[in-house]
Amino acid sequence: MRAAVARFWALAAVPIISIVLALLLGSVLIIASSLVTDKSLNLLLPIVAYENLLQGATGLSFLDVVGRTVTINFSIDPDQAARALTSTMAATSPLVLSGLAVGIGFKAGLFNIGGTGQVLVGGFMAALAGAAVAQQPAPVAVAIAILAGALGGALYGFIPGALKAFTGAHEVVSTIMLNSLAAFAIVGLVNDIFKITGPSFARTADVGNAAMPILFGRNGNLGILITLVLVVLTWVLIYRTPLGFEIRTVGANPSAARYAGMSPRRLIILVMSLCGMFAGLAGAFEILSLGYYPAIFGTGIGFAGITVALLGRAHPVGILLAALLLGAMRAGAPAMQITAKIPIEIIDVIQGLILLFLAAESVIRHLLRSRTERVTPGEIGTVSRTYGETTV
Amino acid sequence: MTEPLTAPPTTPETVPALEMRGISKRYPGVVANDGIDIDVRPGEIHALLGENGAGKTTLMNILYGLATPDSGEILLDGEVVGIDGPADAIKRGISMVHQHFMLVPVMSVADNILLGAETMANAVFLDETEAHRRIVELGKRFGFEIDPEVKVGTLSVGWQQRVEILKALYRQARILVLDEPTAVLTPQETKEIFVVLRRLATEGHSIIFISHKLNEVLEIADRITVIRRGKVVGTRLPAETDEDDLAALMVGRNVQLVVDRGESHPAGPTLIVSDLKVDDDRGQQTVNGVSFEVRAGEILGVAGVAGNGQEELVEALTGLRRPKSGSVSLGGRDVTGSGPRELQRRGMSFVPGDRQRFGLVMSFPISDNLVLTQYDEAPYVKGLFRNDAAIATWAKRAIAEYDIRTPSAVVPASTLSGGNQQKAVVAREFSRKLSVLVLDQPTRGLDVGSIEFIHRQVVAKRDEGAAILLVSAELDEVLELSDRVVVMYRGEIVALVDGPTAERENVGLLMAAGRRAIPAIETAVPPAGQDAVPG
Amino acid sequence: MDAVFGIPVLGFVLQFLAYLIDAIFTTNLPAQTLQLATPIALGALCGVMNERSGIVNIGIEGMMLTSAFVGFMAAVVVSDAMPGAESGIFGFTPALAVGLLAAIGAGMLVSLLHAWLSITVRADQIISGTVINIIALGLTGYLNRLIKPSGSAGTLDQLNPPAQLLDLPVVGWIVRMFLTSGPITTSVIFLVIILQVMLFRSRWGLRTRAVGEHPRAADTVGIDVVRVRYRNVVIGGIFAGLAGAWLTLEFNASFQNGMTANRGFIALAAVIFGRWTPIGAFGGALLFMVWEALGIAIRSNPPPGDLGVFLSGIQASYPSIYNNFFGSLPYLLTLIVLAGVVGRSIPPAAIGRPYVKEGAS
Repeated sequence: MRAAVARFWALAAVPIISIVLALLLGSVLIIASSLVTDKSLNLLLPIVAYENLLQGATGLSFLDVVGRTVTINFSIDPDQAARALTSTMAATSPLVLSGLAVGIGFKAGLFNIGGTGQVLVGGFMAALAGAAVAQQPAPVAVAIAILAGALGGALYGFIPGALKAFTGAHEVVSTIMLNSLAAFAIVGLVNDIFKITGPSFARTADVGNAAMPILFGRNGNLGILITLVLVVLTWVLIYRTPLGFEIRTVGANPSAARYAGMSPRRLIILVMSLCGMFAGLAGAFEILSLGYYPAIFGTGIGFAGITVALLGRAHPVGILLAALLLGAMRAGAPAMQITAKIPIEIIDVIQGLILLFLAAESVIRHLLRSRTERVTPGEIGTVSRTYGETTV
Repeated sequence: MTEPLTAPPTTPETVPALEMRGISKRYPGVVANDGIDIDVRPGEIHALLGENGAGKTTLMNILYGLATPDSGEILLDGEVVGIDGPADAIKRGISMVHQHFMLVPVMSVADNILLGAETMANAVFLDETEAHRRIVELGKRFGFEIDPEVKVGTLSVGWQQRVEILKALYRQARILVLDEPTAVLTPQETKEIFVVLRRLATEGHSIIFISHKLNEVLEIADRITVIRRGKVVGTRLPAETDEDDLAALMVGRNVQLVVDRGESHPAGPTLIVSDLKVDDDRGQQTVNGVSFEVRAGEILGVAGVAGNGQEELVEALTGLRRPKSGSVSLGGRDVTGSGPRELQRRGMSFVPGDRQRFGLVMSFPISDNLVLTQYDEAPYVKGLFRNDAAIATWAKRAIAEYDIRTPSAVVPASTLSGGNQQKAVVAREFSRKLSVLVLDQPTRGLDVGSIEFIHRQVVAKRDEGAAILLVSAELDEVLELSDRVVVMYRGEIVALVDGPTAERENVGLLMAAGRRAIPAIETAVPPAGQDAVPG
Repeated sequence: MDAVFGIPVLGFVLQFLAYLIDAIFTTNLPAQTLQLATPIALGALCGVMNERSGIVNIGIEGMMLTSAFVGFMAAVVVSDAMPGAESGIFGFTPALAVGLLAAIGAGMLVSLLHAWLSITVRADQIISGTVINIIALGLTGYLNRLIKPSGSAGTLDQLNPPAQLLDLPVVGWIVRMFLTSGPITTSVIFLVIILQVMLFRSRWGLRTRAVGEHPRAADTVGIDVVRVRYRNVVIGGIFAGLAGAWLTLEFNASFQNGMTANRGFIALAAVIFGRWTPIGAFGGALLFMVWEALGIAIRSNPPPGDLGVFLSGIQASYPSIYNNFFGSLPYLLTLIVLAGVVGRSIPPAAIGRPYVKEGAS
């Protein structure tokens, strides 16, 4: 038992401490913000804010705020809780996919920052395909739309993968460029070609029967289920199959991979396409829930995926847990904004702070002085090393 | 041109230029230096002799300010000094020429020499004209013409060595420390450097010459100090000692490590290389039409100073590099240009020269490393998935059979010592169904025990009928193991000699200059199939 | 091959070239290109400082964004406190001066963070840069939403050389390109030249390059690798700060979330394109941004002849695609250049690897 606890602590210490530190620093920021909003220093504001966050995410409440007085009062409303948890799950699933889109790349020594663009392309393809099959029976329509999104994302991951494999162009820069290009291209296409008349803002046609089916609650959709299945399949692929062994080897030591008869080129292209597919699915699920693709469409989940992947140590289960945490924060943020009047962008700041402490993990581990394991996957070394290399 | 190789006259009252007294230094788990006393007179070439890991480099790091001693003191010209860092050492006139050159390949000779001791035109800008003038003059004074503008990366190793020495002289070093300076030089280049060193000594510089090469030390040194396991075990004058005596001091016992090779019974050729031409990364042809064959049941050694094309040859033979032209056939089948996977399928195993870069994935568990080249073959794969049970069983067996010292099979390979890492690679590659085995520097950097073990395994594999190609920069290893030896010089095979009867000197000369000592003997390479000329 | 899909390709190419040459020599295209290239060039100088010392810096984007925000906020605060203040040369009011200094300071501070993470903590440098980008985006977005600055400090003025100077044959063209913009833009060419000379002819430059190529060799001749790297990264922050200041104090008079629009990454590509030299990177910046300037020129002053008719036709039928196409050109070009050039462009040898002193225990 003690060994199990020790092992858990060794793996989870740095992520947990990073989260705690980030929340603490976030509190400082919130207190400072109260200076601006209330023109006075409200030291309790962080606690109230975080409690709102928790309530929005899970329905659990432990404070009662009346005017300026705060009393402790544990309560839980079953309906609210059900709604909150469903929202959390709905917010988590795209983060899982985005985290996988980055994390699988890490395992192969690649840094996929192109999640943003891949999400857009996947969502756009799903919208177009969905609109095309809108009248077909639902199961068929949904399947086709999802597939289109997956393929679109995979294609948009294939491009930087092929560029790296054949020209050595480092994915860190090429994916950022592709992110911008996707945004420009899709906006133009929606506004000029795919826009439908009628709605007050520019958007594509309705996807009709291809809309994301709701399985439970208000927004517990099919995407959540598919995501969970994908997590399991990914774990099996990476850790139990020869292909997964190849992927991990090329990330840990590309030279040894060549020596062992593997083809780093083929693997890079494959992995980047896979990453793109995950991100594309995230986009597809989101658009299919919305029902159409609006000309101006943006999510932050591309970058959020980086935080999820690092927090989860690039492991499918870790990614799931990390996504759950960030998803809960996102689900609870609107409640926090309404009640405590904190702009929801604070979540982005906290996310960034978590990353900051993860990056400085060697400092944290040194301070802890106990046996903890590195969070940053060792394969990251390959990411930086190949910045300077010219061929694969 | 011959110069008298005698030490300058010294009187007993001469104050040593350098004296190190009672130097001790401990690192976690090992005593690197234990009460070392050593002195060097002005104008003396003092050799520091010892095996790998004896403590020579630590001692010199202390002298150069890269490490601080736990106890003991350093005296320069009779005065106790404290040296805190290379900059301080340089200021005091101590310069070090490292074993692995500290030169920036893309920068010019002048830039490399100036770095850290810049000749300035004003507060901000360098005075390159003056610097160039001084460098050329310095070179002339010690007998060579140097072009300061040439990029160091394009220079031969011997010339890079000279640049390193110029670096020291530019800083008016009075004490030069040379760490294994001849490790990468040909015998001819070694002779030339010795001339330079002798001149330096005559001008009053003191030189500390670290080496483990007995013959060279006897030739160049005025005094020889032998270090073993961190302690000084003897100081000799060259006139009153010889190689056997020094070897005994170095190793501590009278030992000659020669594995009983026995006779080989070669069968037909398994690996046939025909007129192979290979380019290096820069597009230069470094393998210029090489032909040889390796027969089943024999060990063919490839001798040669590092950098004569062996690396590209090995890469071409093992599928890591495409040959430009020529052909390679394995077991009768043409495999020219095949990749590693196909070659392995056809029965080739390869122990790479850089085990940490190619042979192992340091962060992976030992068990994964033990199947690195067979991960997708049965029984390590069952259906779609990896067969962890089979992998674990094999790992347990390999660890026992090859005596790999490790607490378990699942710890990362990085926890193994160098010798055990290499044993893991050997365990993996020797246990496959193989017809050809390619070994590249198989015992580089290993301790004596591991070397012996691996050499025995190689001979055993030969006796099982494998065709073995052994490429090594250690001439002794090649001569000890090989049934036949080819010598590579400037990308060509310049001789094929019989292993057991080969003479060290002749092979050495072939390695260094591409020709034998006695011009009368035929040096043409016999056509494949004929027996070798006795060497 | 005259017509593809009924489009006379050859004819259009020739007309385009004529238009381009005319634009270069008679319009203010060069000056506009220089202006648009300013943040890229400054970001690239930051990149050169970092990467020549061996530190990968993909956080230039975040540094620029932070500086833009801080500079803007500082200027607005001072401007609100001192309404109607006098302005000096280049239109520098106290507010704008304070803003500029604040932006530079912010750039240096964020660079210090990157230096600390990369050199002392030895975190992975690409992660460190990404962290800076993410935090910058989140923090500036949050603070912008919270504070909702409504004022503005205005922008810096442009130079106005006398007409006689501009009319001179060759000199006039050079003056028109380099001396008709705001102070930050004008300073770019000088900074580029200074940095180029310093990097290759000064002692500082020699040591910097050695540290980036072979830090152990530099260490063994007594150079403090850590100090050189820290100093260079922080100095690089000055350039990033200038780039940010340009965005909110010279080009625009306001701050929008994420307004850097990935310019920091185009700057990185310019560094690679320019083989890690200041002049090369500057050339790359001009090359990348000339297309955006051309896009503006084409839309405001369409080329004559068939090409003009053709383009106007496209603009009429597909206005959004037309506009977005020109906006995307810098990124597209960056991608093409990256794919074509990077294979042959060799960075400092020791880049990306933290330096560990030998014998350190």
